Parts: sequence; C-alpha cells; structure tokens
Amino acid sequence: MYTVDTYDVIVIGGGHAGCEAALATARMGQRTLMATLNLDNIALMPCNPAVGGPGKSHLVYELDALGGQMAINADATAIQMRMLNMGKGPAVHSLRAQSDKVAYQRLMKETLENTDNLNVKQIMVNELLIEDGEVKGILSELGEVYEAKAIILCTGTYLKGKIILGELTYTGGPNGQRTAELLSDSLRKNGIELMRFKTGTPARVDKRSLTLDHMVEQPGDSKYRAFSFMSDWTDRNEQICWLTYTTEETHDIIRGNLNRAPMYTGIIEGTGPRYCPSIEDKVVRFSDKNRHQLFVEPEGNHTNEMYVQGMSTSLPIDVQYQFLRTIPGLENVEIMRPAYAIEYDCLNPLQLTPALQVKHIKGLYSAGQANGTSGYEEAAAQGLMAGINAALYLQGKEPFILSRSEAYIGVLIDDLVTKGTKEPYRMMTSRSEYRLLLRQDNADLRLTEKGREIGLVSDERYQRFLHKKSLIEEGVAALRARNINPTKEVQALLESMGTAHIKTGMTAYDLVKRNELSYGDVADAFDLKRYSPDVEEEIDIMITYEGYVKKQMEQVEKVRKLEEKIIPADWDYDSMKGISLEAKQKLKTIKPHSIGQASRISGVSPADVSVLLIQLEQYRREQQQ
Amino acid sequence: MYTEDTIAAIATPPGIGGVGIIRVSGTRCFEIVGSVFKAQGTVPLEKRPNRTIQYGHIIDPQKQDEILDEVLVLIMKGPKSFTAEDVIEVQCHGGIIVVREILKLLLRQGARLAEPGEFTKRAFLNGRIDLTQAEAVIDIIEAKSEQSLAVAVKQLDGTLAGMIRTIREQLIELISHLEVAIDYPEEDIEELTMDETADKLRPILAKINQLLATANRGRLLRDGIMTAIVGRPNAGKSSLMNALLRENRAIVTDIPGTTRDSIEEAITIEGIPVRLIDTAGIRETDDIVEKLGVDRAKEYLDKAQIVVCVIDASEPMTAEEEAILREASHKNTIVFLNKADKGAVITADTVAQYGQFAAIAPISAANGEGMDVLADAVKELVYGGTVQNESSAMLSNVRHITLMEQAKSQIEQSLNNIESGLPVDFIVTDVRTAWEQLGDITGDSLRESLVDELFSRFCLGK
Repeated sequence: MYTVDTYDVIVIGGGHAGCEAALATARMGQRTLMATLNLDNIALMPCNPAVGGPGKSHLVYELDALGGQMAINADATAIQMRMLNMGKGPAVHSLRAQSDKVAYQRLMKETLENTDNLNVKQIMVNELLIEDGEVKGILSELGEVYEAKAIILCTGTYLKGKIILGELTYTGGPNGQRTAELLSDSLRKNGIELMRFKTGTPARVDKRSLTLDHMVEQPGDSKYRAFSFMSDWTDRNEQICWLTYTTEETHDIIRGNLNRAPMYTGIIEGTGPRYCPSIEDKVVRFSDKNRHQLFVEPEGNHTNEMYVQGMSTSLPIDVQYQFLRTIPGLENVEIMRPAYAIEYDCLNPLQLTPALQVKHIKGLYSAGQANGTSGYEEAAAQGLMAGINAALYLQGKEPFILSRSEAYIGVLIDDLVTKGTKEPYRMMTSRSEYRLLLRQDNADLRLTEKGREIGLVSDERYQRFLHKKSLIEEGVAALRARNINPTKEVQALLESMGTAHIKTGMTAYDLVKRNELSYGDVADAFDLKRYSPDVEEEIDIMITYEGYVKKQMEQVEKVRKLEEKIIPADWDYDSMKGISLEAKQKLKTIKPHSIGQASRISGVSPADVSVLLIQLEQYRREQQQ
Repeated sequence: MYTEDTIAAIATPPGIGGVGIIRVSGTRCFEIVGSVFKAQGTVPLEKRPNRTIQYGHIIDPQKQDEILDEVLVLIMKGPKSFTAEDVIEVQCHGGIIVVREILKLLLRQGARLAEPGEFTKRAFLNGRIDLTQAEAVIDIIEAKSEQSLAVAVKQLDGTLAGMIRTIREQLIELISHLEVAIDYPEEDIEELTMDETADKLRPILAKINQLLATANRGRLLRDGIMTAIVGRPNAGKSSLMNALLRENRAIVTDIPGTTRDSIEEAITIEGIPVRLIDTAGIRETDDIVEKLGVDRAKEYLDKAQIVVCVIDASEPMTAEEEAILREASHKNTIVFLNKADKGAVITADTVAQYGQFAAIAPISAANGEGMDVLADAVKELVYGGTVQNESSAMLSNVRHITLMEQAKSQIEQSLNNIESGLPVDFIVTDVRTAWEQLGDITGDSLRESLVDELFSRFCLGK
C-alpha cells in the first residue's frame, strides 16, 4: 500500500454519470481524479444508440443549461434527430438523437482529457477508505492509495456484474468488461444497503444481412434542433432507422423455448424494469398481442452494427437466431453481438440526501445506475448534480438542490431519495406534476442563472442567454404596446389569416393568445420585428399557454415555503410526540431534508407534518434564546 | 399533501345560533372574500381600513350575484392578527345552512378547508403564540385530527367511496391511455383521438353530476329542511306551527328557538329533520315599520326548501294573499286552505289561478291537519319521489362536496379545451387534477399508481 496522490474529489466510474461528475468538480476548481476500469470505455453506450426521448430529453436540456456536457456531446455526434410528440403540446415536445456511439465516446474522452484539474486513470477500486464516518480515499487492486475528501460513486452496472445469456452466466460487465467485485463488499462493510437490479440489451446485427425493403423507413427530421443552447440548428439527416414487427411464428418460437429462458428458470434474481421488458416477457404478459414492433437503428456512421430495439432477451443464442429470422427484414440476419441480461448491485437511494450524498458518510456521493436508475440521461443528470454538490461541500457551501417545480432533475432526485425505487428508475414526463412548466424550450430560462451562480456557465453561454432573454422580453413588450383596432382593413387582414374578427380594440399580444395564430403570423401582419425560431417559439408558448402556466405557478407557490423549511440532519424523531408510529419510522429512515420532502413521504399525514413544523419552530426559538 | 395557502373554516359551533362566523386566513384572504362580498361603495375590501367592520352581502358570482346572506365582515390585516397572516371573519346569520353555503363559496373561490388546529398552528409558527404553548398546540392537532378522521371515515359511506373509486378507475384508464402516448410516442399502441377522449369524459361528468345531486339530499338530512310558513296575519300560521310542534317536536332541545329575525323550531317528520320558520314572528318583533306580509314572505321564499302558505279559506282573498301566492308559485309551495270547515269561500281552483303549487289542501290548522301533506312534500324533497334506498350514496361533507365540484369543473374544462383544439398535454393535465381531487375524497394516494397503471396496461419497451 502506498499513497500515490491526494485529490479533492475521486470519481469512481467513467460512464455518463462519471463524466458529468468529474467535469463538474474539475470545472468548479476541485482537483479531480476519474478512476475507470477501462479507458477505452469512457462514455460507453452499452445499450441503445440514442439520447433523449420524452422526459429524458428534458433532463438533457436542463443539464445543458446548468453547464453539463451531454447535450453538446450528443449534438456533435448525432446521426439522426427527431422531435417527438410535436402535436401533443409544447411541454411534451421531446428531442431524440441517434448517436454515433464511437464518436460520442471519443469526443467525451477528448473533452475529459483536456479539462484542467482533471486526471483520468485506469484504476480498479477495491475499497473505500472511510474513517469516523468521513471519506479519506480509495484503495486500488494494485495497492495504490489515492486520498480525497470527497468520492462520487458512478459504478453503473459494474458492481458484482453478472452476464446471463441463455444457459451461460459469467461475471462481467457489458461488452466483456471486468467488474468491480470487491467494492460492493467495501460498501456493505461501511453500512451501505445494496439492492440487486437487472437490465438487458438486444442483439446487434449486421446491416448487410438485412432486407431493408421488407421494413418501413424511419427518417429523421430534415431540419433539426439541438439539445444544447450552444449548438446551432442544422440540416443533417444522415442515417435512417427501420421499423418492422414480430410475427406469430416469432412468438411461437419464444413460447416453445421458455423453459430455456433464465427469467423463468430462476437464474435471474434481480428486479428488471417494467418499461423495458425482454421479448419473452412481452410475449408472456401480453399474449393477446399478435405482433410487437421493433426498430432497427444504426450504431454509427462507420459500422454495420445495427441495434434491434424492442428485442432485448436473455434466451440462448440459437433461439435468438431462430426467432429473429422470422421477422420481416431480418430473414437472413447475422448476429454480431448477442442479446444478454445483466445483474448488478446498486445502492438503495433512500440512503441519500437530495444532494446525492450518502447520509451517514461525509463526503461520499453517488450517482447514476448505482442509485437504481436506468438510462444515460438519468445517469448524466445525477452525475452533474453529485459533482456540483461534492464541489460545494468541499467549498463549505450550501448544497444545490432543485425542486420538483424547477426541473425534471429535481423530480428525478426527489423521487429517488423520497420514495426509493423497486426497479431501475426511468424518467417519464408523467412523473412530473408541473409538466407544463418544465419544458425543453424554457430549460435555459429556468436554469442558466443557477448554473452561472454555481460557476459552470461560461461567459459566452451566459451572454448568449442574456441576449435571448432580452429578445423575448422585447418581443413581448412590442406585442403589448401594439394596439389593434377593429377597422375594415384590420378585419379583412384577420380574415385572410383565417382567424375571427375582433369586436373591440385589443393588443397584438391578445391576438397571439389565439390558438391558430403564432407570433410570426401576427408580426408579419402588423409589421413587428421577426426573431430567430427559438425566440419566437418561446414567445408563442409563453403567451398561448399563459393561463395554464399561471395555474401551475400558483400550485408551486403553495408548496414553495415548505421546501424552504430545512430540517436539521440530526433531528431526533424518536423523542417526537404527537406523530404516528408509521410516520416516525419513515421519517427516521428517510431523514427528509425539508418539510416539503417530509410531506411527500407516503405514510406521513398532514397532521404529522403540522407537528413536525411546530417542533421545528419550537427548536428554532429555543436555539435563539 | 400539506400546503400553506389560504384556509377557511367555520369558527362557531355547529347548530343554530344567533351568529355564524367563518374565519379565513392567508395571503389570498382579501382576494377570495372580496370576490364574494358586496358592500356599499366601490372601495375594494383590501383597501378598506384595517380593524374595521364592514357591512354588506355575500353573493354568488356564478349565479348572477345572487345574495346568500347579509353579513358583517371583520378585517384584520397581518401581522397583527391571530395567525399573523391576513385574517377576515365573516359573520352571518346563524343557521348551519347559510354558514356552510358561505364556506362552500369561499372554498370554491380558492380557499382550502383548514386542517384541524390549523389556525392555532399558524399562530404559533408565526410567533403569535408563546413557546410554552407549543405542546398544547400539538395536543390540539393530535386530538382534532383523530376526531376529524373518525368523522370523515363515518361520513364517507361505503357506497359513495365505491362509486368514486369506479369513476377514478375510469379516469385513470383514460389518463394512462393519454399519458402512454406521450411518454411512449413510438410504441405500437392505438392513440385515443380527442373525440374519443371527449366521449369517455362525458359519461364520467354525468356520473359526477349525479353524485353532486345527492349532495343536496345528504345536506338536507344533516341540516334539516328549511320550511317557511307564510301568509297574512291571522290566517292560522301560528296554529299550524303549534299543532305541528305538538306532534313532532324534535327531541333535540339544545337548538335555540330564535334567530335574529324569525321564530324557528325544529321538528322531525319520519326521521327527517325539518326547521319550521314562522314568519309571523317577524311582525311581533318588528316595531319599526308595519311591513306587509308579502315582503317578509319574500325574504324566505328563496331560502326555504319548502314554503307553506296558509290562506284563510273562510274569507275572500285579500290583495296581500294574492301577492304572496304569486310570489310563492313555481316554488316548492304547499297551499293550505285553513278554516275550510267553516264554509269555504276560497277553493283549490281559486288558488290554482295564481300559479303552480306542489299541493293545495284544505285543513283545519287548529286540529293539526295537513301533517300528511307536509310529510309527503318533505319525503318528495329528500328522496325525489323514489322509494328510499338505504344504500344510495350520500355526499354530505363540505370538503367532499367541494372536491367533487372542483373535479367536475376540471372535467368540464377539459371538454371545453378539446372543443377549442388544445393539445392533449393540457387536456390530460386537467383530467389528472380531477382524478387527484376525487382521490382526496376517498383518501386514495396519488401519482405512484399512475406509473404502475402505465406498465400494467401497456406493453412498453425499447
């Protein structure tokens, strides 16, 4: 054992959480070490070759506004983009990029390697060094000690990872990688409760073996937007995805081989996600469906590997070949990498504070799949937040916590640390109660100022933000200032625009409120300034949905004060009188950060919250005396 | 969930007292009370001087500003108030119906029904109550929440809870269908069109309306049916009242006999509480102006659920009686032709010329006749002419009714929005709110189950 170096922060893991965490701490001035199992697998996308989608894209936009990296990286390496949910309302518009996986990794690695204060090293961590409930450093398998005051666990699916592929099971991470075998034990030894989760990925197939004209083409949008506020909208549409369906024959083969499916033979013990079931699970649970759709997606510009979305399985390879070849377009398919399931250890997130710190160990943070989530975007968002909070901790500052009404990131973390999760947690827009407020389009308006305060928003980004904001304000002011009177000419103009006459004088602002009119329409008709599409879109949304936004803002206001009432971390719940036994136990376990969080714990009634509030006030006044 | 918004509650004990007080506290206090309070002058409520008493009327803005009651409003701006927040007290005429109607109105305008002990709690949190009293406040919350829990459980009968759960089940099915299309836009799931959504919402709205209709019945059973006896002096009102009282006086004796301007007595008819108001009482206490009977009757015609009009059939119709009959027609009015045994000058046909009446019957008030007619009217009102169904759902709690009404307006809102072509995101937001409000009635928890719904109903996966 010899001490190699002393860092401020050590990030364990180089996946999507690890990358964001390390970049955040380094950029916030903390000397950071990223310890990863394999330098070639930084920012690896071991599952689908895509970033975004409903809820997930919202996370990426928010991460970008706070100064994270994923959005910029995904924009630069996208090979197709689509804006989903276009007809369903502005709050659920969701961008999704198909990524060139290798390009994505390379660009992220390059960014990490060229970031000041950050060292990236290939290190297998065996043990956390913890003394008196405080982080001291790590011990590697080679006996190296790296000292640090903060550690961020971003271990993904690598803690005691186990691959299951039909009858074959072996210890390992995705793509034949090594796993962290001893770290799990070290965590347990330090009083951390672990859970066992499972996930899976479908086969990768050779593009040359596909009969493309048996499938339906799925091109991207011709003009596409970007996740990052710093990227420009472009006109690329390089790659096409393909849609096809399983057949009855596919299902028969799967049903006939269920006795060989690890899910049903009991080999798999971990809890899998319901939203990402294996094909055998779909066939069994939804037996009335005579077909299931699947998308065949390119994995990059320089590979023939195609990802078969919707066909994740842990059935043996011979069965995989058999059933894939019953699918139109895949009749002669060649598998390049078989589908497999993976089991891994992760932390029960109820042990974490809303700052993603392990409650009983000072300086220990955790993010990503290690906290029981699923998805690159969920991981990255947590990585960023854990990084920010570790840095703030080292700087002796208050933690940075986003509320449920400020960001999907707030929803994600609050759900995890307040309710916990029994399966890999995936973000969805329906998880947010303030969905109309938390839109992609206003992520920058919501969060850039906060990112600036933290120190992750560059001058360039901040200037760009202020400029956009001022244009929006200018546009809205001009609309309000412009009076429109019901003259003959105006009525004729309105008629030509396909909208109703006006009865009395109104402002141009009132016209934009009409569903059928956009800012552009009104600006052209009444000689107002035109702006870039993002500015005009923002003006449109702000005005058209003003009523709904106001309604949700009122709801937010009601709970805001409760979020601001902080409960001391060492609060003694045992000696509390007047609350139910169930509430007491829940509060003791979860140790809520604020009254707001306490009120969201199931089993804690409004009366319990009232009592807690009173005793908190009692305590506060006693402290003052 | 616990929130810090504007709260309201009835501050006087239930029952019929001289004055009823509704207390409101919170940041939106003035806005909410101001929206239903109409007084002389144009100065808005928040601009009126602090610590004054304002005279005016509580009106219902949704019913063309119909007057609910004449009230006194006490203004106490924070921080110098009991809770240290803005506080308003509305003092209205006693009588539980009026007080509850005003409370309901305030809840509809955006106040929330106060949790047990919440005013006291706010007073403490805002530093108005001494530290030594903290324990006492906790005791109050503890005791009251237990008590209110027991009451709430009792009030929510099983059938009603079952019906609400059925409605919620239908709503969640709809919601999950809409949500799944949003969160899984590329899944192979048939999307509901907005027309189909509207088709699913309409029967749900109808069911909610049905339940709300029973709310009225439930309230009648709890608070008693207000029955006003009108007629010209000496027509026999007091005799009728005395006769009814003799036979049916309510066992409850703690209800005071008088309100500010009428004589009120409680009786029970076939188990249903009935509040008899003898408008004759007015004349005796009213020594300022010799008002016409019709003016006094008018005051009660709108408030009463049953009007009993007593006509002296032995004498020709007076102008006053004609006026009363015209006013009372088309209401739920029973016309008693008193002293018909003494040689009737006025018959049922004569009365029928003045409008439509629920019943016209000759009686002898002194002999206590007419009881059965009144009993029929009471039963008709409560059970709507149908045979009483013991297990029929009864919605009667103010909180329940308010939540139900809110849910109703959310669904109406979503139907309107479908009409005007708003995207699904907005539609589902309102439907979700309705679903949550109904869940608040039954105490079923929120949100978590939505995600479960999505996964159990649909085959989703990447």
